[in-house]
Amino acid sequence: MEDVISLGVGEPDFVTPWCVCEAAIYSIEQGSTTYTSNKGTPQLRGAISHYLGTRFGTPYDPEEEVIVTCGVSEAADIAIRAVVDPGDEVLVAEPCYVSYIPCVTLAGGTPVSVPCRAEDEFRLTADALAEKITPRTKALVANFPNNPTGGVMGESDWRAVADLLVDHDLLLISDEVYAELTYDGDHFSPARIPEIRDRTITLNGFSKAFAMTGWRIGYLCAPREITAAALKIHQYVALCAPIMGQVAAYEALRIGEAEKDAMVREYRLRRNLFVDGLNKLGLSCHLPKGAFYAFPSVESTGMSDTEFAEALLREQHVAVVPGSVLGPSGLGHVRCAYAVSRDHLKDALSRMEAFLESRKLSEQISSN
Amino acid sequence: MDEKDRTLLHLLEENCRTPISELAVLAEMSEQDVKKRIAWLESTGVIRRYGAVIDWERAGNGNVTSVIDLKVSPERDFGYDRIAERIARFPQVRSLRLMTGTYDLQLLVTGSSMHEIARFVAEQIAPMDRIRETATHITMKTYKENGTTFAEREEVERLPYSF
Repeated sequence: MEDVISLGVGEPDFVTPWCVCEAAIYSIEQGSTTYTSNKGTPQLRGAISHYLGTRFGTPYDPEEEVIVTCGVSEAADIAIRAVVDPGDEVLVAEPCYVSYIPCVTLAGGTPVSVPCRAEDEFRLTADALAEKITPRTKALVANFPNNPTGGVMGESDWRAVADLLVDHDLLLISDEVYAELTYDGDHFSPARIPEIRDRTITLNGFSKAFAMTGWRIGYLCAPREITAAALKIHQYVALCAPIMGQVAAYEALRIGEAEKDAMVREYRLRRNLFVDGLNKLGLSCHLPKGAFYAFPSVESTGMSDTEFAEALLREQHVAVVPGSVLGPSGLGHVRCAYAVSRDHLKDALSRMEAFLESRKLSEQISSN
Repeated sequence: MDEKDRTLLHLLEENCRTPISELAVLAEMSEQDVKKRIAWLESTGVIRRYGAVIDWERAGNGNVTSVIDLKVSPERDFGYDRIAERIARFPQVRSLRLMTGTYDLQLLVTGSSMHEIARFVAEQIAPMDRIRETATHITMKTYKENGTTFAEREEVERLPYSF
């Protein structure tokens, strides 16, 4: 299909900051083309440890509590495999990224969805969580700021969840890849809560904040027992993350902050523009406080989310993702990634307007 | 001057033709507030002028641009300010700065030909009192101007993947 505006993929439209690319190119010229230590170069682990400590108040020991992985995708997989035994139930806060549930299944566990609802601004509530806990529950997988809803969890939200984790002796796998993309106030990392620090696996990476999707660099941070178990899996399935990516990631932490901040400012402008436009079209959408997704309801159109997405693509060449693909609570919503330029967003909005107008018209014709 | 003012300035610097209604949505404030803030930024001289970034090479008017470095003897009590003020009055001088390094003043000068620029330097600038030395550099090609890249570069296409 020609001339499609894709709001479908969760990938920044920015290219990696040039200072980061330059450093990687130089390192290749210098012959950095080898394996690294399984858990990643000491320089990068040190930088990650320093970054998490100063930025989010969650320091980890770079020697024993950090593993550099091939993107957060691998980090999520090895985290789940490290802690899940066959027969364990794993709670997954949904709507969510598509890989957690299959990873739990591959590890022999039973995924159990926990709904995050629009009326709670897509936060995970202790009530919803408590309902799904059984004696076989092992862990909770959560992703805030959230893909696809843009929902975030503040300190009090996490404290309520933390109490349940302690009471029921559950582990937490917290995917925080969108942490830098938090627009109102600072990101709160649950590992900051001392009571659950030792039962939390923090996942993060460079793809979203530093526009480095193709470099495949993420990381897993956890208490040493868990890290040791995850490292065994990592060294057999991946050996190590690519060295060029690790060099680039180190540079991103060292000198990429200003460019990252500029990208975050731009995402915020896009969010404002796009969500305002959606609401004006009658597609009600809460103002997402994080990530780069708008998650409007399409109920007012009388179409299901799948019908809406398919018809919008067919008729106006705008690609969005039906929310129900991302979990039962996503039903009736579509995910629109605003990681495209403001001009594209404006174009997408006017196409959506034309789409809704033509629908109204055809309804009138068929009812006459 | 606060964060919201700075956001407005960035948006206007990027595109000063953005409608007030859109600025209001982008910067999370009312249209009234946008107007008030812009009026204040204009009146205090923070916003100097609204202009366009033009690729004159592409426009093909044949103009030549140059950077001219000057060594200047500063005046007692005035430093470089008075001589700079006199030089700034020439319309050919597009920018004028006091610099660190070997030379003192740096001028950006535009003319219709290399010959015209040479005459301007030789006849107007060099003979002025207190100018000790000049160095003229002619622009061969502009790659980037005021943050805007002129060279055509193919856009990176995002490759399809499943999610």
